[in-house]
Amino acid sequence: MATVIDNDKNTYTGIPTSKMLLWIGIVSIIMAFAGFTSGYIVRKAEGNWVEFNLPRAFTISTIIILMSSFTMQMAYIAVRKNNFKNAKTFAITTLGLGLAFVFSQFYAWNVLVDNGIFFVGNPSGSFLYVLSGLHVLHLVGGIIALIIVSVKTIQEKYNSENSLGIELCATYWHFLDLLWIYLFVFVAYLA
Amino acid sequence: MMWSVFIETGPASGGWTIYPPLSALPQAMPGSGMGMTLWLVSMVLFIVSALLGGINYIATVINLRTKGMSMMRLPLTIWAFLITAILGVLSFPVLFAAALLLVFDRSFGTSFYLSDIFIGGEALHNSGGSPILFQHLFWFLGHPEVYIVLLPALGLASEVIATQSRKPIFGYKAMVVSMLVIAFLSFIVWGHHMFMTGMNPFLGAVFTFTTLLIAIPSAVKVFNYIATLWKANIQLTPAMCFAIGLVSFFISGGLTGIILGDSALDINIHDTYFVVAHFHIVMGASAIFGMFAGVYHWFPRMFGRMMNKTLGYIHFWITVIAVYGVFFPMHFLGLAGVPRRYYSNSAYESFMDMQNINELVTVMSMIGGVAQLIFAFNFFYSMFYGKKSEQNPWGSNTIEWTAPVEHLHGNWPGEIPTVHRWAYDYSKPGAEHDFIPQTTPYSQTKGSNLPGEE
Repeated sequence: MATVIDNDKNTYTGIPTSKMLLWIGIVSIIMAFAGFTSGYIVRKAEGNWVEFNLPRAFTISTIIILMSSFTMQMAYIAVRKNNFKNAKTFAITTLGLGLAFVFSQFYAWNVLVDNGIFFVGNPSGSFLYVLSGLHVLHLVGGIIALIIVSVKTIQEKYNSENSLGIELCATYWHFLDLLWIYLFVFVAYLA
Repeated sequence: MMWSVFIETGPASGGWTIYPPLSALPQAMPGSGMGMTLWLVSMVLFIVSALLGGINYIATVINLRTKGMSMMRLPLTIWAFLITAILGVLSFPVLFAAALLLVFDRSFGTSFYLSDIFIGGEALHNSGGSPILFQHLFWFLGHPEVYIVLLPALGLASEVIATQSRKPIFGYKAMVVSMLVIAFLSFIVWGHHMFMTGMNPFLGAVFTFTTLLIAIPSAVKVFNYIATLWKANIQLTPAMCFAIGLVSFFISGGLTGIILGDSALDINIHDTYFVVAHFHIVMGASAIFGMFAGVYHWFPRMFGRMMNKTLGYIHFWITVIAVYGVFFPMHFLGLAGVPRRYYSNSAYESFMDMQNINELVTVMSMIGGVAQLIFAFNFFYSMFYGKKSEQNPWGSNTIEWTAPVEHLHGNWPGEIPTVHRWAYDYSKPGAEHDFIPQTTPYSQTKGSNLPGEE
């Protein structure tokens, strides 16, 4: 009789396989954005590059996503301490802040359009839309994960013994936070 | 991608490198219309599946090994698959970036790759793009990609050569390290595809240096294969023939790589048949021969039956002669300056006397193509009517041969076997048989244990 194998337990390295999958996935996302941002540098070095001011909304987005990272971590810590009440509050807050971030990004794009920076036009603007747009797309994946994790937190399915799901969600969320900060700093100051 | 063959404007026709603006503008040629869109859509699906598959391979090899299977006991095939998957996970996202920007240029009117283009005297609205940017992004994938194609074949050949030589693979650690070095170097050599794009000669020299460095780990692998064959009890099965064929192609194709990797020499033969000959031998034929070796070797494992040996030998000899017959003369076409990707070379007076070489190439390619029908027949016939295989027909050490011939869910009844030694204990002095499977503990082979093996 073949038995059902739980690939997260009794692994060769002791690391749950889902956790390893997530980290390798994160590496591949990093490579995609490394590709885009190096394309940005190469293209910018060639000249014919329209300079413009970044909308203030991007700064606000950055603050929102930083806060959401904090609440996400608090939710995870609460689960580890079996403090279900706090876990629920922090998970829902994170979800709210995540949605606020998406809203803030859409607002920033509106400001860009009002300033005459369109997706179609000089690559300096197009690149900004591509970088922030793809980040939001990845964040939508994070929000879907967050919804599932929030529902499970409300149902009290996570506890100090069983917290892998919320841990991985937190890892991905912190990654999205860092990725946005990188993109923001890159476009605003580095490039 | 297959659908695009049936649409009115035909399939994508910008070559596999799909350089913009040729691929970006439907006005450039019919194939850059709907056919190119379908090509890019299938590429996106391909990248997603390659990434998911690669992530799965890495996690499986690192995390889900059986008890006792330390990294240094992995068969080289698995090492090759692991390193290939790592290359894929690191390079495909960059191709994704390149392709996505091309999609935006084509379908949304952005100007990432397009600038100052006039069609019929009319200027297009695109301004500020750079077609060289595409080449950088594309070749950052494109070069690792050739090792994604080749490394699994080298891994399969390592296993076949060791097993059928009845000898431990020569320099196991050197094989692993050289594959890792090849993988690392493959990320810093993409510029050697772009020597002719007006690249700064100093930068060209840097890329020449990194490119020629690849010759070192490649030569390590070749010498290790040859050293494994040296004075071995060679079992010349069809799989072994194909594995040796791979080594032959890897050498003869690799030598021309040294010429092409040099930015000064490359200028003379860039975009000629010399390039076609080089990469078809070193990466095309090598990879295909490695895969043939794999199929002949693991066919009994897959279907519980043996492939016909005689047909295998006929397939091998015709194919190896045909491959050299097709690609060896191409070196001379290339040195004579015949450019690749031309519809008709005979339209040019200077290439008229190359006609007979082209005729030879055509005949050889047809012979080679027909030979593959022998393989196809052998494959499907043996699947149903081949001789029943024993559990371990080649006397192989790796653990897949310890699973019963009948296919079971989970492969093994009960516990997954535990591994006690590396995969290459062939013809060990003092051993009872000329192979000791990885599942045999040292305690059962007291007579053959080396110092330190208890």
